[in-house]
Amino acid sequence: MSIAETFAKAKAENRSVLVGCMPAGFPTVDHSIEQMIAMHEAGCDVIEVELPYSDPVMDGPVIQKASDIALANGVRTRDTLKIIDAVSSAGATVVLMTYWNPIEKYGVDAFARDLAAAGATGLITPDLIPDEAAEWIAAADAHRIDRTFLVAPSSTDERLAMTLAHCRGFVYATALMGVTGARTSVSSQAPELVQRIRAIDPEMPIGVGLGVGNGRQAAEVAAFADGVIVGSALIRCVLDAGDRTTALTDLRALSAELAEGVRKR
Amino acid sequence: MSASSLPDLAGHFGRYGGRFVPEALIKALDELDAAYRSAKQDPEFQKTFEGLLLNYAGVPSLLYRATRLSEALGAEILLKREDLNHTGAHKVRNVLGQALLAKRMGKPRVIAETGAGQHGVASATAAALLDLECVVYMGETDTQRQALNVARMRMLGATVIPVTNGSRTLKDALNEALRDWVSTVETTHYLLGTAAGPHPFPELVRDFVGGIGVEARAQCLEQLGRLPDAVAACVGGGSNAIGIFHAFVPDEAVRLYGFEAGGDGVETGRHAASITGGSVGVLHGNRTYLLQDDDGQTIESHSISAGLDYPGVGPEHAWLHDTGRAVYEPVTDAEAMAAFQLLCRTEGIIPAIESSHALAGVAKIAPRLREELGRTPTIVINLSGRGDKDVHTAGAYFGILDQVETVVPGENT
Ligand SMILES: Cc1ncc(COP(=O)(O)O)c(C=O)c1O
Repeated sequence: MSIAETFAKAKAENRSVLVGCMPAGFPTVDHSIEQMIAMHEAGCDVIEVELPYSDPVMDGPVIQKASDIALANGVRTRDTLKIIDAVSSAGATVVLMTYWNPIEKYGVDAFARDLAAAGATGLITPDLIPDEAAEWIAAADAHRIDRTFLVAPSSTDERLAMTLAHCRGFVYATALMGVTGARTSVSSQAPELVQRIRAIDPEMPIGVGLGVGNGRQAAEVAAFADGVIVGSALIRCVLDAGDRTTALTDLRALSAELAEGVRKR
Repeated sequence: MSASSLPDLAGHFGRYGGRFVPEALIKALDELDAAYRSAKQDPEFQKTFEGLLLNYAGVPSLLYRATRLSEALGAEILLKREDLNHTGAHKVRNVLGQALLAKRMGKPRVIAETGAGQHGVASATAAALLDLECVVYMGETDTQRQALNVARMRMLGATVIPVTNGSRTLKDALNEALRDWVSTVETTHYLLGTAAGPHPFPELVRDFVGGIGVEARAQCLEQLGRLPDAVAACVGGGSNAIGIFHAFVPDEAVRLYGFEAGGDGVETGRHAASITGGSVGVLHGNRTYLLQDDDGQTIESHSISAGLDYPGVGPEHAWLHDTGRAVYEPVTDAEAMAAFQLLCRTEGIIPAIESSHALAGVAKIAPRLREELGRTPTIVINLSGRGDKDVHTAGAYFGILDQVETVVPGENT
């Protein structure tokens, strides 16, 4: 399913889309595939695969740690494409989130081509703003990859409009000023940001991320956003589990709880 | 006189520079850019800045004719004595400028990253002077090899946070400072320590340290009645180098040399030579040369000098390299330490190990220049800092430390 179809379907069902994130190759390539498929089966509508990067400045301690483990275990950019292929073949809608340098190193057009061939529908770029994205925009158009740029509570209306004009599929609204990581309360800045986005572009689906960790918070965010993005809390299931069975059981349970949450808006 | 047409309005030096940061930081960068542009036009701000440099930092620094070193190197050597500045390095110029800017923007808190600790000490100093809260991020490896500077920062009232992720050096401290800034940008100015990072930092830092070159140029004309044949500096992130280069860029007869940290030798892979041993990519908010693997993952740098131990370099150097206006060469740890000792013994000046890379580089190019020019070349070297902070490292390197238990002050406070 494309991103647009996924959001349209959820809208028809009067609920939000659940986006679950997991770093590629964490803790190993095969394990990460298993984890993503488990998340998909337990109710994540979209799997956001994260490409592990040595200098993840947008990320808090949990994602940093998972990325470090994946890199230490030798994950490569090509493995990430392999993982996307496996997870999308299992029926999941897959988007990739990556810092910019690995794409630039791979070759921007070649990456868009191979990403599309692997079955991903979109790319989220946390450190690439549209102002610097001319090459990416052309490549994404050529290979039909949806482009998701980030907006933040600090974005001016002018920047919101400019960024929205360059987004395809959905826009990623960072709910608070900060790095990734589960928080005890959902930011109060998020609803206002969503309102400002809707005032500029009522059609663009909005995913809200940063800080959601349980079903209750998912429901809170689902009340005002089209998509709920969850990362650190899911990754923590794997980090904290002593063994594989527990990791997968916990991942399924949390995914199911979050999926229920996005239906309780 | 100064080549001030670059960067463009979006911070690009040719294909280099720009802004590769999360959207959450764009507003703060725009505000900083606007505040900087208005300060630049404001005679009151300039007067305050210059007053602090003159009366507090000890600037203009001397341009010293190093006679015995000249003899040893077969060139007429002039040392730009940034080591004599308050806090012991060129960095004080940048921090005073940025701390004044933080004040002007009404931000009560500054954060900084530091490698050698020189930028951290300078930031803590400026924060104390201007009554700002100061938090310094420093890789844990660096807090150990630069323990004295950690104590200095604490004495000055700053909080030092050891960074324990990644390679635990400067690049990781920079990541952590950026993470702090994303969450605190309303109240906090990020006092970036070198001429790199997202626009407007490379331009702003260059301008704050640009006095080095302006002074050196005027001092050459005054002392020699002419410009030098070459200007040389070490290159970590690139602030002291761009600081002394910038005023000379339009003087096409003046050769510009940047010396990168070659560590064990560029061919060993254990080095910090981003331009001479790296490739083009994006790191820490700008497109530039960096050390990376085939997947674009940053490779850890290696250098005996904590201040040069960084896998990237400022975008203006990337551009000066591509255009050929400046020449960059690596200098190994061993070459730098030999030059360190040479300056100690010939001039009675203990240089920073960073600056020793510039001395060593000049030792290598002097014979070439002599041949090319058919006479003794005149070379200005930016002596970017003094070596007090490096006494332990250098003492261990030369095996001249007595075997006594080292007490690290401030470590348990
Ligand atoms: C004395 C000295 N020189 C040079 C450097 C390297 O930085 P840059 O390349 O920005 O001048 C440092 C950094 O800490 C330093 O302390």
